[in-house]
Amino acid sequence: MSKQKSYCSCNSTDVPGFLKAIGCLLRRDLTVALRRSTDVLTPLVFFIIVVSLFPLGLGPEPSVLRTIAPGVIWVAALLATMLSLNRLFANDHADGTLEQMVLSPHPLTILVLTKVAAHWMLTGLPLVLISPLLAVQMNLPESAMGTLIFSLLLGTPVLSLLGAVGAALTLGLRGGGVLVSLLVLPLYTPVLIFGAGAVAGVTAGIDIEAHFSLLAAFLALALSLAPWAAAAALRVSLD
Amino acid sequence: MQYMHKYASPKFFYTLAGKLTPWIAALTALLLVAGLYLGLFVAPADYQQGESYRIMFIHVPAAWMSMFIYVCMAGAGAIALVWNVKLFEMFAGNCAPVGASFTFLALVTGSLWGKPMWGAWWAWDARLTSELILFFLYIGYMALEASIDDPRRAARASAILALVGVVNIPVIHFSVEWWNTLHQPASVSKIGTPSIHPSMLAPLLLMSLGFTFYFFTVALMRMRNEILERERHTTWVAQLLESKS
Amino acid sequence: MNWSEFIHMGGYGFYVWSSYGLALLVLLLNLYLPLRRRKSVRRLLHEFLRLKEQTR
Repeated sequence: MSKQKSYCSCNSTDVPGFLKAIGCLLRRDLTVALRRSTDVLTPLVFFIIVVSLFPLGLGPEPSVLRTIAPGVIWVAALLATMLSLNRLFANDHADGTLEQMVLSPHPLTILVLTKVAAHWMLTGLPLVLISPLLAVQMNLPESAMGTLIFSLLLGTPVLSLLGAVGAALTLGLRGGGVLVSLLVLPLYTPVLIFGAGAVAGVTAGIDIEAHFSLLAAFLALALSLAPWAAAAALRVSLD
Repeated sequence: MQYMHKYASPKFFYTLAGKLTPWIAALTALLLVAGLYLGLFVAPADYQQGESYRIMFIHVPAAWMSMFIYVCMAGAGAIALVWNVKLFEMFAGNCAPVGASFTFLALVTGSLWGKPMWGAWWAWDARLTSELILFFLYIGYMALEASIDDPRRAARASAILALVGVVNIPVIHFSVEWWNTLHQPASVSKIGTPSIHPSMLAPLLLMSLGFTFYFFTVALMRMRNEILERERHTTWVAQLLESKS
Repeated sequence: MNWSEFIHMGGYGFYVWSSYGLALLVLLLNLYLPLRRRKSVRRLLHEFLRLKEQTR
């Protein structure tokens, strides 16, 4: 068999070692996503637009904006993540790569985790980084900025992880994006409550240590259970 | 495992269900009539809420059922996933519409109970909000099942969704409780169950049991229909239909 | 038991009876649907078996 050109320097006739496989997959996902930059930028732009709609809808009164800012930014982050979920598995499913991943000797759970990590780096992380700008737009006091960033930093991976389960379950279905939203948004509510609650709390001067503990707990729970559920869902969807 | 094969055979279950259904239905009727009688005629009016608290005898059992059925759905789904038993797949799928109905009932009766108490048709009370999210979970489950054409894939995908949901439900409850205590205006109180007087407890339990057996009745009826349809290629179904016509 | 008092339910009649009425509706509907489906399944299966006989 001729040596095929691949992104990684792995010999195509050998099965790459586990860590190498993960590194390959991560690099590949990031490269492919960056080539389709619209896929990556659209949720980000959506995030910005949605947040900007609220002042237009509610009036620019600064005190009002300050009150609704945590909730609005968080809900917009939820929705933007929802929009981006279809690129997690759909493209790989279309060209057959996904089946290869399922058939590979490496544990599917870890492969899924890697894909979600790549997805988060290009979806969740940009949201986190741009949130201060939107916070300024919504008149959020500077003291809350750190909390906003940190809460999104803890929360957006959970959104990506739970979203992966939804995306895996709805692979190739007609309902598409709306169906995933229906499945996953109710599951997002605890993250929303404590994420937005943390930001609102710090503005009000409440102690928010519990919020962050819980967000961290959600992250730990999602990291341990979601990849496994998503892997199971992929197997069901591909059979 | 051999017992599993015998009892989990659709034909066996079909005949068994057919025999059981009338009895369970009769039990349901008995429990509900007893519960209604005690709840509407015997239990005294509440000191604070007057007669309106009687809605509790519908609202609370309905809410309990909505939770119970979801757990049944998730449990059956888990068994179907692990041991590949078709019967449990069918049971899980048939739980959803009844569960969603009870959730809907809990929401509307909660609203009707709340209106005279709070003066508003809806309040973001912890229990109602949790029920609302549970309702969305049921709808999501039914939507997923309906979107997948292959019944096998539909059942297994829904089972995974139900399991993810069932893990999330305590988290959601906890989060909503916490959120509610923080945001609650002082004037709005929880749809508190009045301090339970024994004469109020009995109808509550009877209605809950009645609803439970009702759920079993409906589940058995639905499963019998599904078995007939799914097993239409078998001889026993053909014979059954011939003997009936 | 005074019937008019019973219906009135201390002023809360509308709410109480709407709740119980809705409960009844839900219970009846969930019973009716499988019964109706049973009829259509039988019809479907008769048709299916008839066709199977014909094409034997």
